[in-house]
Amino acid sequence: MSELLLDVQGLETSFKTAEGTVHAVNGVSFGVKEGETLGVVGESGCGKSVTMLSILGLVPNPPGKINAGSAKFFDQDLLKMSRDEIRAIRGAQIGMVFQDPMTSLNPVLTVGRQLTEPLILHLGMTKKQAEERAAELLEMVGIPNGKDRLSDFPHQFSGGMRQRVMIAMALSCSPQLLIADEPTTALDVTIQAQIMDLVKRLRNELGMAIIWITHDLGVVAGLAQRVIVMYGGHIIEEAQVNELFANPSHPYTIGLIGSLPRVDQGESKKLYSIEGLPPMLFEKPRHCPFAPRCKWVMERCWNENPVLELVAPEHRVACWVDVKKERPR
Amino acid sequence: MSDNNVLLRVDNLVKHFPIMRGIFQKQVGAVRAVDGVSFEVKRGETLGLVGESGCGKSTTGRAILQLYRPTSGSVNFDGVDLVKLKGEELRKMRRKMQMIFQDPYASLNPRMSVGEIIREPLIVHNVATEADAEERVKQLLELVRLNPAFASRYPHEFSGGQRQRVGIARALALQPSFIVCDEPISALDVSIQAQVVNLLQELQDQFNLTYLFIAHDLSMVRHISDRVAVMYLGVVVELTTRNELYNNPLHPYTQALLSAVPIPDPVAETTRKRTILVGDVPSPVNPPSGCRFRTRCPIAESICAESRPEFREIKPGHFVACFFAERFL
Repeated sequence: MSELLLDVQGLETSFKTAEGTVHAVNGVSFGVKEGETLGVVGESGCGKSVTMLSILGLVPNPPGKINAGSAKFFDQDLLKMSRDEIRAIRGAQIGMVFQDPMTSLNPVLTVGRQLTEPLILHLGMTKKQAEERAAELLEMVGIPNGKDRLSDFPHQFSGGMRQRVMIAMALSCSPQLLIADEPTTALDVTIQAQIMDLVKRLRNELGMAIIWITHDLGVVAGLAQRVIVMYGGHIIEEAQVNELFANPSHPYTIGLIGSLPRVDQGESKKLYSIEGLPPMLFEKPRHCPFAPRCKWVMERCWNENPVLELVAPEHRVACWVDVKKERPR
Repeated sequence: MSDNNVLLRVDNLVKHFPIMRGIFQKQVGAVRAVDGVSFEVKRGETLGLVGESGCGKSTTGRAILQLYRPTSGSVNFDGVDLVKLKGEELRKMRRKMQMIFQDPYASLNPRMSVGEIIREPLIVHNVATEADAEERVKQLLELVRLNPAFASRYPHEFSGGQRQRVGIARALALQPSFIVCDEPISALDVSIQAQVVNLLQELQDQFNLTYLFIAHDLSMVRHISDRVAVMYLGVVVELTTRNELYNNPLHPYTQALLSAVPIPDPVAETTRKRTILVGDVPSPVNPPSGCRFRTRCPIAESICAESRPEFREIKPGHFVACFFAERFL
């Protein structure tokens, strides 16, 4: 196994709310290798975004609190860093792209000003150097006349163009790791295809590792090399992308893949549906978080929360049931 | 063409929203949201209406139900031109046609209990006494698989999928024959989408409902529709049966749109060919001359700028608005 660029172990994050403490992330461990693209899949509230925000030191405290865990990035624990230390890494060695490009860009500053800021802060460029580099970056992400557009404001760009600006900004300091949180969810499919094409091209040119968070299994299938599936604040399955889609082994993953109609398949059979609702997470689940919705639930599932176990090479599943053989593991 | 099987016939429907400026509110232009749309919906079928944001698909749905009064054109519903109706006559017709909205958070009044929400159409249209209405609300809740005891609860106590069921129950209250489903599952999580789609299909079979299913998710539209119409910038560019559209798309926009949809299968994703469109959708305030799609079309020629391609039946039941559609036959 090649060297891990990011190694997260036992991460736990919770939020205090008026209705009680929400246990958003409950012991999540995963790694990302250099140059690898890791897809993180799950529905809203499964903890995928909070996991990444925790690693980046972006969970507001209060109400948020990181209760346990470590996140090693080049032998430094990101979770133990001071604000200033992590700020030096964020935007420099780790780039970020968020879902909504309109709210992540400052509407009253020009795109040029926002693009040059990390270059001046992290790389110590002069304003003139930074502007030249910013124009290059815009051209790199497919915005023509980059130089002229530096003086434009975010509202003068379309949604897809704004997301390109965000990607240019995230890549401005040549990060080793890019964390993208649902970057194409707010975009139309033809624009999403443009952005994914761009990311694939830049990945080949620049060789950075990517963590791509999404709820869209189709996006993951086309982009990721390895995938982790999250549910109720846990990782419930992890595998290489081909293996995951060919042999999904957790009941939730099986249900998720089965509930998707495919644009390339015409048969209109009834969709497989997972009954019930995702958990609320007001209590740290002592049982399997998926047990209330699971078709294969057994007594053990209510007594013990399963841990990730290897079921095939590089394929780990947290489930007490061997679904294919319909019997306990 | 007076076919008894046709429930709804939309002819050259136009909806322009005026843009006003200055203290005298002079009209300086118009957003040409829907610009000459014609199609038919047969009894008991589901017509899918797809397109990207801003293409006019929701406006079309609302203009059909006279929630927006069309600028011109006719909407023939069961032999009656809705555009010519007003007041009491229109209100009577509204019983037969209902709508399910995209956002189950915004479309339910937070100050009314679920029972009141579902009862309201019965009282407004004077079709049930208070006591009968009570009974009917219970039936409707059971029909959409909600516990009838929930009638006294308020919308905030429900999840997104449950709220959407309340919206469906309200739409069914008056026993309509036609329902416009305006992106009814876009706001829901993947595992919940399948539940709602299965419910809509069961209800359709049970009550012989006719749906206009508006969506941007082409995979789901393929699953649920009998025929599909593709919209781009206020016009329908292609309309045919589901399998014909997905297997033999003849309009370059449909082809690009289909190729942009991610498929949840890594093997299919690596082997498929993608057409990636350049640029963004132009503004509907000042749409391109001639063919609306020509500015992004990979096969556009000079004729496309000069005149608008006719929406013609190129083979039985397959309509397309492109000068060069024969090339793809």
